[in-house]
Amino acid sequence: MSPVPGTTTGSGTTAPDSAQAAAPLSAPALPAPSAPTASAPSEGPSSDARRALATTERIRRSVRRLPHLLLGGATRSAAIVALVLLWEAAPRLGLADRTFLPPFSEVAAAWWDLAADGQLADNARASLVRSLSGFGLAVVCAVPLGLLIGWYRPVADVLGPLLEVFRNTAALALLPVFVLLLGIGETSKISIVVYACTWPVLLNTISAVRTVDPTLLKLAKSMDLSAARVFQKVILPSSVPMIFTGIRLAGAVSILVLVAAEMIGAKAGLGYLINASQYNFAIPQMYAGIVTISAIGVAFNQLLVALEKRLSSWRVPAGG
Amino acid sequence: MPGTTTQSPTPKIVFKDVRKEFTVKDRAGNRRTSRFTALDGVDLEIADGEFVVIVGPSGCGKSTLLDLLAGLDRPTGGRILLDGRPVTGPGPDRSVVFQQYALLPWRTALGNVEFGLEATGVPRRPRAARAREFLGLVGLSGFEDRHPHELSGGMRQRVAIARSLAYDPGVLLMDEPFAALDAQTRESLQDELLRIWQRTGKTVVFITHGIDEAVYLGQRVAVMTSRPGRVKQVVPVALGSRTATDDLRSSPEFARHRHRIWSLLHDEVTRAQRLEKEEVSV
Ligand SMILES: Nc1ncnc2c1ncn2[C@@H]1O[C@H](COP(=O)(O)OP(=O)(O)OP(=O)(O)O)[C@@H](O)[C@H]1O
Ligand SMILES: [Mg+2]
Repeated sequence: MSPVPGTTTGSGTTAPDSAQAAAPLSAPALPAPSAPTASAPSEGPSSDARRALATTERIRRSVRRLPHLLLGGATRSAAIVALVLLWEAAPRLGLADRTFLPPFSEVAAAWWDLAADGQLADNARASLVRSLSGFGLAVVCAVPLGLLIGWYRPVADVLGPLLEVFRNTAALALLPVFVLLLGIGETSKISIVVYACTWPVLLNTISAVRTVDPTLLKLAKSMDLSAARVFQKVILPSSVPMIFTGIRLAGAVSILVLVAAEMIGAKAGLGYLINASQYNFAIPQMYAGIVTISAIGVAFNQLLVALEKRLSSWRVPAGG
Repeated sequence: MPGTTTQSPTPKIVFKDVRKEFTVKDRAGNRRTSRFTALDGVDLEIADGEFVVIVGPSGCGKSTLLDLLAGLDRPTGGRILLDGRPVTGPGPDRSVVFQQYALLPWRTALGNVEFGLEATGVPRRPRAARAREFLGLVGLSGFEDRHPHELSGGMRQRVAIARSLAYDPGVLLMDEPFAALDAQTRESLQDELLRIWQRTGKTVVFITHGIDEAVYLGQRVAVMTSRPGRVKQVVPVALGSRTATDDLRSSPEFARHRHRIWSLLHDEVTRAQRLEKEEVSV
């Protein structure tokens, strides 16, 4: 288990890091916008001159912000750099068994080889196709279903306990059942991803619809809107942030579950790569697979977080 | 300014012996229910273009009365007439300003005002122009693209007022719209509301807890009894010209009306408290 020494340092430092990174960023951003507006009303002969002024101001602002950006990037990556250094040093200093935890440089070299001969890309593609199709299928089915269940209160009341049971049944515990029913091919793997991704999306969607601000519903009623209009103009937009939180959770789940599924009887995929490498005692290759999965997981999550932030900017005061 | 006549030929709004009962559960988990009478025998006539304020002890059924008039709920007994026709549901001829602003947080100020216009089927192009015009009317020009969380409480309430004015309802129903605001903001919004009312000639039914607010705004103030609610007395307020710039609130006339309504209310509040105590001890 490679990240054991690192996880503690990692999680311990990232939180204050991001807080520090956010603070200096907002400081120079504040006074800057007032500058062009202040100069605008004083002289109004040429709008070109004003625009030029605004442009130079913008450039100057980004230049002034550059050191802060660099600093922010540095603080944010400090913990990761520390982890990599520790990983490199520990086996070399004999703090960890070199056969089970090779130094990071060896893992990197193995990763490079895997990438060069196309193995990595092939396996990553196999995994991504499975997890993305499972994830996509789950989102496409669970969001409309959740909207429907949430909208019809009696349905939600009847199905509530059942959904609780399914939600609390770990998807991986059902993996053998899926294999039994659907074999060890693609179908069972994509199915388990669909299954695992469905619950966070479905439950978040249902509760998003059910927790719409009642005064907004009263407002819509006072305006004599039809049920379809209420749904389109009030319920749907107010549910978006919470639905997206569910989608983001599902994104993490899709990779988690898939890797586990690929470790049981698969001929391709990153889970297979990790498992096969361990079986063949190709330890650096195994770590290379693990690192790749982490990277994909982080990237996917970042993407969804960015999307979520965009869609729910009205909910939390933007910028804090 | 519209006259303060009660006997205009066809009143805009008529409450005739209105009664409202709610079904309430006796105990949690118990299937037995009982009837709870919130309003009993409400009679009130409101003329077209009149500004009527309703005051009453807490829980006497003011919001219930407004809900009935808005068509959000049906009376158990009696009749509510609007322009001579019974109220059967909500409609674009009335608009409600809620105490909790009820703005759509994902829409900008402009979008929120447009929301009311979409409901009444105003085409897209004139919609934005009209929304802008009404934001200007409540003094929010330049704030069109702000989201509710970027506005102050008073600004939010002004957006809500602009929204209910924009689709041009004949009747404006306001349920303690200024209750959550500080004194300065409240006074300026009161003046703004009076200005808009004088300009547009709408019929306004305004609920408040504040006696000063009632006297300042209302042409007539209806004082309600404690539960079950009924209109105890309607006090006509004659303050001379409202547009006079000197401090109306400190005039002897104002104080006299204020005291009159205060004593009417005071009796009811004591009665309500006695009732509540008896209920608890039973
Ligand atoms: N949906 C309901 N079900 C049961 N009882 C209700 C319901 N709505 C209101 N009531 C009861 O009817 C009475 C009148 O309520 P209402 O909200 O109209 O009072 P109010 O005069 O507006 O009070 P406040 O000044 O505190 O806002 C209250 O005693 C309340 O408990
Ligand atoms: Mg009320």
